[in-house]
Amino acid sequence: MSVAAGLGPPLAVLAELTHRCPLQCPYCSNPLELVGKERELATEAWKRVIDEAAALGVLQIHFSGGEPTVRRDLEDLIRHARAADLYTNLITSGIGVDEARIKSLADAGLDHIQLSIQDTEALSADRIAGTHNSLQKKLAVAGWIRAAGFPLTLNAVVHRQNLERLEAMIELAVELGAQRLEVAHVQYYGWALTNRAALMPSRAQLDRATEIVEQARKRLTGRLIIDYVVPDYYAQRPKACMGGWGRRFINITPEGRALPCHAAETIKTLQFDNVLDRSLAEIWNQSSAFTRFRGTDWMPDPCRSCDRREIDWGGCRCQALALAGDAELTDPACALSPSHDAMRAMAEVDAASSETKFTYRRLKARSAL
Amino acid sequence: MSADEETTVPRLAQGVRLKFDAARDGWVVLAPERIIVPEETALEILRKCDGERSLAAIIDELAADYDAPRDVIADDVRALMSELTAKGLLRP
Repeated sequence: MSVAAGLGPPLAVLAELTHRCPLQCPYCSNPLELVGKERELATEAWKRVIDEAAALGVLQIHFSGGEPTVRRDLEDLIRHARAADLYTNLITSGIGVDEARIKSLADAGLDHIQLSIQDTEALSADRIAGTHNSLQKKLAVAGWIRAAGFPLTLNAVVHRQNLERLEAMIELAVELGAQRLEVAHVQYYGWALTNRAALMPSRAQLDRATEIVEQARKRLTGRLIIDYVVPDYYAQRPKACMGGWGRRFINITPEGRALPCHAAETIKTLQFDNVLDRSLAEIWNQSSAFTRFRGTDWMPDPCRSCDRREIDWGGCRCQALALAGDAELTDPACALSPSHDAMRAMAEVDAASSETKFTYRRLKARSAL
Repeated sequence: MSADEETTVPRLAQGVRLKFDAARDGWVVLAPERIIVPEETALEILRKCDGERSLAAIIDELAADYDAPRDVIADDVRALMSELTAKGLLRP
């Protein structure tokens, strides 16, 4: 197929309103180089982006971060998105959110909340998040979310240091009245890549986790939907990262850069447009970053001739860069990649490591260039 | 299904909305972190689950629309509704 054929508008925008966050999780999906408050897009710029997204055919907007609730204009943006008939989702840690704020978000018309937990064991949760009393606060927030009538998704990022509590996490989701639970194995980019030796599960841990999720899905059908994201390091075939490069999502950073995925800035050879300079439609349809790996024409072999090329879309470009040294190569998660065995070996070494210390995600001052 | 159960009023699950998507020229179901393009019959049922119509009314309308025996339609509607409930689109 050609690059442009059959390409519709994006389904969703991930609006990273801020990189500010009270937590310091060592697997954060934000880049190592975080954007400070002074560089964040203003309210009016976000509203224009929301209008452009709706006009382009975007259906859902995910307000994310950092911790999006640190933005005092969040309700204003939610109202604006609802007025544009977008489905609004808030991705929050819940930390710093009180009952009045939850009610205010409900009044603004927010459709859904995804609340993260780091562990079901309080001290471990605090150690992972790099904070205090986080679990207790989150449980209170979950109660307020349900009391306000919101559907709740609980999000649990899992790794070697909390995977033993997976069954307890599932039970907690049921107890809290969550409709959905996302069990997401750490994806190793940015902060998580830095912390890989302290996070990587063993193959046996992964298999056990998969079995627990499969059993729970059967047992809880109609009560709890469990989404399960597997780690690629033990995979035979790559995931369709973001549903394919530039096919479904636009990620917008706090300073307004439009990315095909949240880790795309690690690919230094790409140039990303800012929503302050170009319209979202132009960026989606024409920008070099979005068109660079869209479709199948860019693919090397073995991807180019593979019968899965329109299933996995070549997997993840950022992972190809991080592990095979070139964003244009086959994702090493694929068994057909020459780097696949090396990736697997790295996972096994990391999984056997006794490392437990984290490098926490922190906002550092950027040098003024 | 007993007559009693037919008095229940089926509703979309919390956080689920139906929308006509002008950009793609079709109906979509918007749900928490999911977007679903419903099949024709599922869409018809979802659109009738408006919090007003009872299950009996929905079955009556569909039986009339399809000019089909009510008990056949009732079986189909029940089966499809339990599927939609399992997918989290209708309230249990």
